[in-house]
Amino acid sequence: MLRLPPFQYHRPSQVEEAVELLDRYPGDAMPVAGGTDLIPNMKHRLFTPGHLVALKGISHLHGIRVQGEELTIGACASLTSVAQSREVRTHFPALAEAAGQVAGPQLRNAGTLGGNLCLDTRCTYYNQTEFWRRALGYCLKKDGTVCHVTRVGRKCVAAHSADTPPVLMTLGAQVELVGPSGSRVLPVREFFVADGVWNSRREPDEIVTRVRVPLQPKAFHGSEASGEVSTRVRTGYAKLRQRGAIDFPLLTVAVAVALAPDGTVTWVRGVVTGLGARPRELTGWEEIAVGEPLTPEVVEALAERAGQQCRPLENMIQDPGWRGAMVPVYVRRALGKAVKQGGGGSL
Amino acid sequence: MAPTHRIVRLTVNGDTRTAGVPVHYTLLETLRYAMGLTGSKQGCDKGDCGACTVLLNGEPRLSCITPVWEAEGLDVVTVEGLAGPDGALHPLQDEFDLHGAAQCGFCTPGILCSAAGLLARNPRPTREEIREALSGNLCRCTGYTKIYEAVEAAAARLGSGDAERERGERKEGVS
Ligand SMILES: Cc1cc2nc3c(=O)[nH]c(=O)nc-3n(C[C@H](O)[C@H](O)[C@H](O)COP(=O)(O)OP(=O)(O)OC[C@H]3O[C@@H](n4cnc5c(N)ncnc54)[C@H](O)[C@@H]3O)c2cc1C
Ligand code: SF4
Repeated sequence: MLRLPPFQYHRPSQVEEAVELLDRYPGDAMPVAGGTDLIPNMKHRLFTPGHLVALKGISHLHGIRVQGEELTIGACASLTSVAQSREVRTHFPALAEAAGQVAGPQLRNAGTLGGNLCLDTRCTYYNQTEFWRRALGYCLKKDGTVCHVTRVGRKCVAAHSADTPPVLMTLGAQVELVGPSGSRVLPVREFFVADGVWNSRREPDEIVTRVRVPLQPKAFHGSEASGEVSTRVRTGYAKLRQRGAIDFPLLTVAVAVALAPDGTVTWVRGVVTGLGARPRELTGWEEIAVGEPLTPEVVEALAERAGQQCRPLENMIQDPGWRGAMVPVYVRRALGKAVKQGGGGSL
Repeated sequence: MAPTHRIVRLTVNGDTRTAGVPVHYTLLETLRYAMGLTGSKQGCDKGDCGACTVLLNGEPRLSCITPVWEAEGLDVVTVEGLAGPDGALHPLQDEFDLHGAAQCGFCTPGILCSAAGLLARNPRPTREEIREALSGNLCRCTGYTKIYEAVEAAAARLGSGDAERERGERKEGVS
């Protein structure tokens, strides 16, 4: 039996009201959407806010729709609705797949896209009961002074473990935030920081209201793809997990690739998570693939390049060496899915 | 002083029920400890195992990580609400019995709720769809084959349109 610590529950119906509540109790209030991350964490005494500000009753935060040149997804859209949405499946199959691979069905019914973006980082030494953590003398991320993973240094390297952000990053998506001093928009690529204690640029009194994903290739990336309306963008997602359901990722790979009508790559992007606190954007891929068709040799070179850049840590119980060896395997699988994608990814 | 307890009003299995509960109670705690509905099980109590699964407006959800306030205004169905008002078993319950789809039985209420949610939105699920719908419910003793077979049999019965067979045929024999 795991009891929740006491809290007051607020159910605002407007974004402004929610922000006002967070602002009213600085350091003692947290937003809650599906609660599928926060409530278990509160049961483990990782967070003990005196006030929870429930977001699901705010109608403005719901809905998935194509608006002009972008797909917009409300922060409180459930992961089930993202996975099943016709718009998402048509334009970005990998996003639907990533949402559909989060946890299990009951958790996807409750869990939201906004909560997935704001998911707390995870670590073997952190996602444990208070009793367990106390027995080990706690750790740097919560109540202690040492990191049991790096054993030296002052930085927490707990793993970014959410499924949808890597896909959103490859797609050039943006996140809208509202706080006491107004609203702002950040690219999802810039949303995360390499600090396991608090791994995003979101201020504690800010609320994620929407995610916006551009439909047009030119918006994906500056110059290369601009103007090439016939460019086909394909997306792929591959997740390593212990069981086929329920489990958090041990590693995920998201790829997006744009192909010219002749099949040559005009643009490519890859993101890997399950390593440190921030999803890792793979580098050196454009030099390998742009101007080439996606032959098995090119895919192999991309996989190898990815493997060289990713060093899993002992922040999960599963062997880091094995997880590292899986990086190229999952890059191949994600690219394979992108290549196989039929008309769905055509833009 | 902020209140430590509140009166919560829920619609559970068709009845409107009120209870005074600590403000930080979960839906599961409210069902089990304030309303005496102990069918939903307290397993891992942190969202992993699925034993606490109930239906909220027809959707399978985990009551152990749902603050009770989130269930207000929604239609809550627990395993106790699957049988008819006269005690006639839901075809799922009947087929679980006939197929031996339960062993220790701890996961069964949650699995029945997930399966009932599935059949309500998809009356003729494929084996793959059943596997997917039950993938958030852990069973540690029978394995899943008999469970899948029982769900398929219940779906067939519900789909046959035979009212007698749909509900309660075996009422007499099952206590
Ligand atoms: C057994 C289990 C397995 C899981 N497996 C996975 C998995 O495989 N992959 C995965 O990605 N996740 C997994 N999760 C975590 C979780 O279910 C999902 O990440 C889900 O998307 C979280 O969304 P939520 O709405 O429930 O978040 P909540 O728990 O409500 O919130 C999470 C955090 O985000 C903040 N927050 C929520 N919404 C907003 C908002 N709109 N604006 C600002 N802050 C906000 C909260 O304050 C909190 O800090 C798992 C959880 C469990 C219990
Ligand atoms: S990485 Fe280190 S500091 Fe961070 S949660 Fe794990 S043990 Fe704690």
